Amino acid sequence: MIRREMSKAKTIAAALAASACLTSPTWAQSWEPTKPVTLVIPAGTGGGADQMARFIQGVVQKHNLMKQPLIVINKAGGAGAEGFLEMKASASDPHKITITLSNLFTTPLGTGSPFNWKDMKPVAMLALDQFVLWVNSEKPYKTAKEYIDAVKAGDDRQFKMGGTGSKQEDQIVTAAIEQQTGGKKFTYVPYSGGGQVAVQLVGNHVDSTVNNPIEAVGQWRAGQLRPLCIFDAQRSTYTTKVTDKEAWSDIPTCKESGLPVEYQMLRGIFTTKNATPAQVNFYVELLKKVMATPDWKEFMEKGAFNQTVMTGADYEKWLVSAETLHSDLMKKAGFLATQ
Amino acid sequence: MDELNALFGGFAVALSAYHIMLMVIGITLGVVIGVLPGLGGANGVAILLPLTFSMPPTSAIILLTSIYWGALFGGAITSILFNIPGEPWSVATTFDGHPMAQNGKADEALVGAFTASFVGAIFAVCLITFLAPVVAKFALKFGPAEFFAVQFLTFASFIGMGRGSAFKTVASMCLGFALASVGLDGVTGTLRMTFGQDELLNGFKFLVAVIGLFGIGEILCSMEDGLKFNGATAKLRMDAVIRTWKQLPGMWLTFLRSCIVGCWMGITPGGATPASFMGYGIAKRLSKRGDNFGKGELEGVVAPETAAHAAGTAALLPMLTLGIPGSPTAAVLLGGLLIWGLQPGPLLFVEQPDFVWGLIASMYLGNVVGLIMVLTCVPFFAAILRVPFSIIAPAIVFVCAIGAFTVNNAMFDVWLMLAFGVLGYLFNKLRYPLPPLVLALVLGDQAESSFRQAMLVSQGNVGVFWSNWLCGSIMTLGLVMAFWPALQALRVKLSGNGAVARAA
Amino acid sequence: MSSNEEAEGSPLVSYRTLDIAVAIFFLIVAAIVITDSLRLGIAWKPNEGPQPGLFPFYIVVAMGIASLVNLAQALPRTPEGERTATTIPGIKRMAAIFVPAVLFVLATNYIGIYVSAAIYIGTFMVFFGKFPVWKALAVSLGIAIVNFMMFEVWFLVPLPKGPLEAALGY
Repeated sequence: MIRREMSKAKTIAAALAASACLTSPTWAQSWEPTKPVTLVIPAGTGGGADQMARFIQGVVQKHNLMKQPLIVINKAGGAGAEGFLEMKASASDPHKITITLSNLFTTPLGTGSPFNWKDMKPVAMLALDQFVLWVNSEKPYKTAKEYIDAVKAGDDRQFKMGGTGSKQEDQIVTAAIEQQTGGKKFTYVPYSGGGQVAVQLVGNHVDSTVNNPIEAVGQWRAGQLRPLCIFDAQRSTYTTKVTDKEAWSDIPTCKESGLPVEYQMLRGIFTTKNATPAQVNFYVELLKKVMATPDWKEFMEKGAFNQTVMTGADYEKWLVSAETLHSDLMKKAGFLATQ
Repeated sequence: MDELNALFGGFAVALSAYHIMLMVIGITLGVVIGVLPGLGGANGVAILLPLTFSMPPTSAIILLTSIYWGALFGGAITSILFNIPGEPWSVATTFDGHPMAQNGKADEALVGAFTASFVGAIFAVCLITFLAPVVAKFALKFGPAEFFAVQFLTFASFIGMGRGSAFKTVASMCLGFALASVGLDGVTGTLRMTFGQDELLNGFKFLVAVIGLFGIGEILCSMEDGLKFNGATAKLRMDAVIRTWKQLPGMWLTFLRSCIVGCWMGITPGGATPASFMGYGIAKRLSKRGDNFGKGELEGVVAPETAAHAAGTAALLPMLTLGIPGSPTAAVLLGGLLIWGLQPGPLLFVEQPDFVWGLIASMYLGNVVGLIMVLTCVPFFAAILRVPFSIIAPAIVFVCAIGAFTVNNAMFDVWLMLAFGVLGYLFNKLRYPLPPLVLALVLGDQAESSFRQAMLVSQGNVGVFWSNWLCGSIMTLGLVMAFWPALQALRVKLSGNGAVARAA
Repeated sequence: MSSNEEAEGSPLVSYRTLDIAVAIFFLIVAAIVITDSLRLGIAWKPNEGPQPGLFPFYIVVAMGIASLVNLAQALPRTPEGERTATTIPGIKRMAAIFVPAVLFVLATNYIGIYVSAAIYIGTFMVFFGKFPVWKALAVSLGIAIVNFMMFEVWFLVPLPKGPLEAALGY
């Protein structure tokens, strides 16, 4: 135990040392914000991105990580297009950063809004948000296989899938599941927020959802919802018991339950396009400090996030492949803007 | 009674000098936020959130919910004095509150509004105290079809309210619906009526329209009549509280109706804004003084304020037990709960009883403290009307511009506000009623989404609205309400009473 | 209150003209919305219910019909319709607050909302309220500064700012 603590301390120390090296101004002038930094959320209040952004704001202020204040603004119009267009328009204002969800890719593809992630400068990937297939615990389906078999056996569109928004991540996952149901489709019912979707499932107004863990964990713990499988390549690494019997790691992957679908959502930070390396570096360092806090670790565990952190070239490579993936998925599902 | 014991435990937690001080701070801040259209409860809560990390969660939530109460109280002030609804749920308060101020009875209107808010809130807190588990279960029964039924009922209870031409009412309401449909269609994810303009992505926001139609429109009307606000000469009398309270007991039925409507809308969750409209609509229809509504009737202030506060308070229940925020402010509070390590949801009452009962006790106390604070300030608020018009008018334009800007952080909205101001002036002149437009703008989008979600679920079968007793009875009630004016007119015609015909 | 029309000066617009203008405005809005609804589709799709354009389409059709009725009612020359809606002095007084308001919003784009508000309030007080300059200066600067503190410093709500605020480091 003590040993582990030691090694943890060492890791943090090493991380700090590494960051100290990075910040040393051998190759770039170090930079600090000269006015308040605005964090634009391209989504409404109460959603996953909003919760994370406000959490980051809280951590930055609680631990005094930045001299200037961090201001959070929601710009949700047009499925987030408004927020991204604002970032695009203020290309040379480095005091703006944004947090993304999958609408970074899906909104331009689905609505034809004129922007692309390349109109911004990637800073860091903070985590990947998971998707879990949930059903009401009163229903007899214990595994993903049983549920999918029931969908196959039922009438077309008999089963209703609730989700957040239209032609966005939840519907994309649904479309991917439909590839595995022998031609049977779901009736996809779009709602305005993830919390509402989970409650609609508890009230039996839909048959299943693909809620993010943090949106449905409360109902899972109360025994109202049952997770069937997680849309990731590996099981979750969080082994602490969430309910009386189960931990996040006890949820099988969809692949092992015979439903080969994988999907995760980017929770990443971008700044404006003309930011200098020194400016990007400032935000990278800031986020590293945020991620080193115990508050962040707790937040990650509560939401069962996949803690993959990327910066620089790795991150850009990931973005390129994710963009292709979304464009493929949306083309297959027929979600592309018609114009 | 387990609840009573738990509640007294809660009072023991909440009732300390430190907590009372937090309430006073929170409510003061909340009133300021409620008065300025540019600041919402979400701003106040977000600013104070970091300060609360060092506090125990119960103290923190007392401070933050006090802002919420303060904002609820404060919204009525500008509605009554200047016809500017500081918050969306104060729109209905302007209908009678502002005419009262013009008649020199601003202080009575304020006292009536504050008292009504208090009654509504306390009624809802009692409901939360004793019926939380039952109520939470009831909220689960609401799917898309039931949501649409509730929204339909809201519209129905409002039809036939405006005086004047029926065709002007229809045109006004349809314009509201048309404006509400601009932007992203949530059901299919397509952009509507944006014509490639980035500014229109966000649609026409309710607050921008309301600030323009009511606030700027009112200023234009006052300017036309000369450089003054009517009612500016109101005498300042200190007995406003007693004078108003004497009139209130006679309105007990209106109070009760509005409390029930408010709680219903808060839980379902229709929200405080439709609740206030519905409270006003029902009171106008059923009250003896209903015909005088719109000309400065105290009951017309009491009805929407009671309903709005009952709804605003009851809306905290779904947030705590289901984890659905009923408003942006509630969403930020929800974020706060997570940071303090509390998971809102069905288990919150079981796992964190101290926190929950402390919060409920603070709802009682917060409203008592709030009422005392705002009532003592009534003469001061009413005195604002005595500031010369040539200072107030441009200052109002300035504050309205800030309010419009902060909705989306866009200058486009400020221009839009000015355009709505002209429209508001014209509508006023030509007797196009504004309330139907506003109601359609705030509910149109949600009603359309619920309708289409219900259609998706039922595969296009309209029968879904009568598929169960809950939904069916709300829809039927709505239909009765919608055809009430027609039925009444028919009855009048059949009985051949010519004298009443002018009411139509 | 005592809007005595003869004393108020020459009439500008009659109710009839205004009514016709507003009805035409409604019809134009209806035409715009109908165009876009047709693009979006107004059919009732099996299994899915209405397409995105259906709801707005029928709503504005109803609005169009209602406006046509309003137009038809406004057209005949009646004594009611010929009453004066606005007089020239009336419109001048409204312009006195509205035109400066437009300039104020325009100026906000360049010099920020606080500076333009101070100028707007101050000028209005001097020209229309006949206040002495020092009073106007004190009140207008006071309002601008209080709002600045409230929004930029305490509540951290960023509003449009210009060169002056930039020079002060905001």
